[in-house]
Amino acid sequence: MNKTALFDEHQNLGAKMIDFGGWQMPVQYSSIIEEHKAVRNKAGLFDVSHMGEILITGKNSLSLVQRLMTNDVSKLTKGEVIYTPMCYEDGGIVDDLLVYRTEVDEYLLVVNASNTTKDLRWVKKNAELFEEVEVQDKSDYYSLIALQGPISREIIQPLVEKDISDLKYYNFLESEIAGVKAIVSRTGYTGELGYEIYLEDDDAVTVWNALMEEGSDKGLKPAGLGARDTLRLEKALCLYGNDIDETTNPLEAGLSWTVKFDKDDFNGKSELEKIKENGVQRKLVGFIMKERGIPRHGYDIKIDNEVVGEVTSGSYSPTLDENIGLAYIDKDKALEDTELDICIRKREVKAKIIETPFI
Amino acid sequence: MSIPNDLFYTENHEWISMDGKEAVVGITEHAQEELGDIVFVELPSVEEELDQFEEFGVIESVKAVSDVFMPAGGIVVEVNEELMDQPELINEDPYGSGWLIKIEVKDKDELEKLMDSNEYESFLEEE
Repeated sequence: MNKTALFDEHQNLGAKMIDFGGWQMPVQYSSIIEEHKAVRNKAGLFDVSHMGEILITGKNSLSLVQRLMTNDVSKLTKGEVIYTPMCYEDGGIVDDLLVYRTEVDEYLLVVNASNTTKDLRWVKKNAELFEEVEVQDKSDYYSLIALQGPISREIIQPLVEKDISDLKYYNFLESEIAGVKAIVSRTGYTGELGYEIYLEDDDAVTVWNALMEEGSDKGLKPAGLGARDTLRLEKALCLYGNDIDETTNPLEAGLSWTVKFDKDDFNGKSELEKIKENGVQRKLVGFIMKERGIPRHGYDIKIDNEVVGEVTSGSYSPTLDENIGLAYIDKDKALEDTELDICIRKREVKAKIIETPFI
Repeated sequence: MSIPNDLFYTENHEWISMDGKEAVVGITEHAQEELGDIVFVELPSVEEELDQFEEFGVIESVKAVSDVFMPAGGIVVEVNEELMDQPELINEDPYGSGWLIKIEVKDKDELEKLMDSNEYESFLEEE
């Protein structure tokens, strides 16, 4: 089992640890609900060092990245980030990830922990088609800390050498933080103002503790994977393995905005074009429970006793104090205000499709 | 970790307190701590009759779904309705206001299959 550089800090903070994609990660410190609310109202600090990092360099790095990704990476200038699915030829999703343009001919892919090995294999296989391009696994090199929440700028700025007040969403810069080298990126998985900080493993503890110290009087709390999941769900952000995987495509997952058909050929383009032309079979929608019950991944969904879909993510929403979920629903039925019956154990519990994000 | 010495315990971390023929059933401090924030409870109807170790309800935390089992067979005489709106009472006071059901125990001998507080304490240490 892999441990992040911050393992001892989590233990000292009394975290409950779980196995996540082969990593020992904190699922919660005090309470998922408290940590969730801290992020929505003040700020939370997450260790997400389990994420994988793949560095692509060389003269043809952009060509390779453009072939791999459905989104248009050619639009990135140095210092910008883009969210994109990476697809197989059949349009199924290999992973969803962030691409950083770190230099003119250098791209850093930040991928889901449990997909790192698979992604690396896929990226390297595609790289064989190109000359002068190099693919490196940097996952063991980087630690990643996410500071998220409305007051995160106040907490981070005093520790960062450069002025980050003008740093825009999905932009990053290299700067010292707490005296060590870092990439500070205005990204996150909570829907709040926030920063993700890429560090060398040896510097992670220094920066974690500096941020905790700077923020603790202001309401900063350490937050675990439990809160990370409820926070992203309220904003209807897809989780790989739950809402998207190799059997789903970006168009049905509501990610059409990340598929750029007007760019040159990319993996999955022709299949996705066909799907677009014929229309998707099902759609990922958000729903809210109208009766008591919590939807969970894998529960069947019925309308008039007929199965029309399946829950992909579901939870109690701490912000709404309601139970919410995401589900794939047959296209004809995937309309707002449609009533659903969620099959929870032996019961059918009423729910309704609503607009996302939930908050 | 609180383990009151006047209760009996199951390996699934339920407790039962006997008072005459009627018994109160809940989950232990350890169980609520493992579950984390409890946000949903499903309990049986009054007058339902259930066997020892039969599933009688479901407790859900933000992250987990967990079944609860009868420490002894019997008839449900009361369920804790407060938990419908305030499931967090189980976190706050698992041996008090966070109780789950009251039952009329059919056969007191079944309690011999349970652990007393000392045995439960060693059981937790081994687990």
